Amino acid sequence: MLRYILKRLLIMILTLWIIITLTFVLMTSIPGSPFTSDQTSNETVQQNLEKHYNLDKPKYMQYLLYLKSIVTLDFGPSIKQPNQTVNDLLGRGFPISFELGIVTVIVAVISGITLGVLAALRHNGIIDYLAMGIAVLGISIPNFILATLLIQKLAVDWEIFPVATWASPMHMVLPVLALATGPMAIIARLTRSTMLEVLTQDYIKMARAKGLAPWKIIIKHALRNALMPVITIMGTLLAGILTGTFVIEQIFAIPGMGKYFVESINHRDYPVIMGTTVFYSAFLIIMLFLVDIAYGFVDPRIKVTKKEGE
Amino acid sequence: MEKILEVQDLHVRFTTYGGTVQAVRGVDFHIHKGETLAIVGESGCGKSVTSNAIMRLIPNPPGKITKGKVLFKGQDLTKLTEKKMRSIRGVDISMIFQDPMTALNPTLTIGTQLVEGLKQHRKVSDSIAMKKALEMMQLVGIPNPEERMKQYPHQFSGGMRQRIVIAIALICEPELLIADEPTTALDVTIQAQILELFEKIQEVTGVSIILITHDLGVVAKIADRIAVMYAGKIIETGTKREIFYQPQHPYTQGLLNSVPRLDTKGKLQPINGTPPDLFSPPLGCPFTSRCPLAMEVCNKVYPDSTRLSDSHAVDCWLQDERAKKLLATMVTNKR
Repeated sequence: MLRYILKRLLIMILTLWIIITLTFVLMTSIPGSPFTSDQTSNETVQQNLEKHYNLDKPKYMQYLLYLKSIVTLDFGPSIKQPNQTVNDLLGRGFPISFELGIVTVIVAVISGITLGVLAALRHNGIIDYLAMGIAVLGISIPNFILATLLIQKLAVDWEIFPVATWASPMHMVLPVLALATGPMAIIARLTRSTMLEVLTQDYIKMARAKGLAPWKIIIKHALRNALMPVITIMGTLLAGILTGTFVIEQIFAIPGMGKYFVESINHRDYPVIMGTTVFYSAFLIIMLFLVDIAYGFVDPRIKVTKKEGE
Repeated sequence: MEKILEVQDLHVRFTTYGGTVQAVRGVDFHIHKGETLAIVGESGCGKSVTSNAIMRLIPNPPGKITKGKVLFKGQDLTKLTEKKMRSIRGVDISMIFQDPMTALNPTLTIGTQLVEGLKQHRKVSDSIAMKKALEMMQLVGIPNPEERMKQYPHQFSGGMRQRIVIAIALICEPELLIADEPTTALDVTIQAQILELFEKIQEVTGVSIILITHDLGVVAKIADRIAVMYAGKIIETGTKREIFYQPQHPYTQGLLNSVPRLDTKGKLQPINGTPPDLFSPPLGCPFTSRCPLAMEVCNKVYPDSTRLSDSHAVDCWLQDERAKKLLATMVTNKR
């Protein structure tokens, strides 16, 4: 097991290095610099600024310097917000995005699996059609539409929840709803289709022939086998949601880290672009690793490590 | 002898988009305590549907028991509530499925799957359940049972898995075991071992066994009585001796002739044609179109059952007095 983890860690670092290099190349090959939009600065000021951020050095030197700083986990200063480092930005934004994300994922997984199971059990019945109707709506309505609709109805018209910002659990409800609907719908559809397949398996019939109670058959025998595809998408889902989402955080004025992904590119804020990309990639890679480990726990036929002596 | 199960005039239908399939069309049979009854027939004749109907495991919809009784020790199983039926499944009547590769849940240990029925029905403690499970594993011949309990199905071979399936079926000491093609998915050498296991189990526990199969070799080995099924009906029943040595129905004769034998030379004699479509089964005897001795009446009216002995009964117009004369003339004409 330890050897496997070490091997995976090595591959993860290699993957991350490739991502860093690619992002660096792509980013610097876009014409312009962080200072081109600054109307106020004159030539000398710009040159001084470029010097300050090492942008006057040749590209390969910049790259090497960046790699060096990344090894020490220092993502450098932000160019557009001069008093802050990228670490500051991520350190402030990530906990908020993470909090919103984790609640969203929990809501999406629980409601998605429940809907999917109910739909499968009442295959081609009213509950099935209803659940799948909700799922189709959830997939096809973009979350920013849903978000504005929720704000208009639940916050402005009926004044049940606060309109925006990030302060109390009540503030969480609307963004979580808006954010969770899409993943919930995907999980519901996945769960339904695998559940339908599993329910026709012989071992389910065998469990029924043993005289087990229906809920026991569903939870113990069927659900566990039906969850594999859900676990598969959990890796990317977790990474995507936990690292913040630009649109929803923007709509609800949540000070998460989602906005840095977009703003940094608009502003050519090189250290922030690199910082967010590396952070997201590292997070995704770790999540995928955890998913691989989780497979082994859910399905004993999948072994992450070889047995000793094999 | 005490009849443990009696099936009377059982009808099962499946409603599909294409129409209604009359899978079982009035089946009567019974089984005594400690006896092995084999239900024989080709694919699609309703054997498995019959066994699933006894256990009430037919998915509804589309399947439905439309008529008939399944009397288990005098109690009609078709009338029971689902909850009451659950307390009979696995406890009084158990079932073994065809393919041991798919009958076990791949994500649960063998031990868990063994004891779960016991824990559900008998409410015993973990240690007693484990002890009983070990006992069962020894009975079905699994070496190192303690170690094997902690393993998963994929760590077992096909034959070993079928032994586990049998152990699971027997753990609550049922009075009736329904084995649906228990050896079909296994190697021939393993088949023989599993059949021997059935004989041993019956000796030890006195369980009655309904054996569903299309393999006459299996039947010859372990059955006491045989019911031959064709197109949703039982067309001939008798003891093993009666069916093998004095088969009366042309279908039974055809079945026996199509088994390869060591002592006869020449080609196998298959039964030509295919069974009738059960979407619209024929009015008369369903075997008419394939029967070498078919008469006009066969096409129109289904024959009554003729009793040839206490145990031997056949549904065939050839048993009619008038047909016997005809048969005699036919035979002389041939010469």
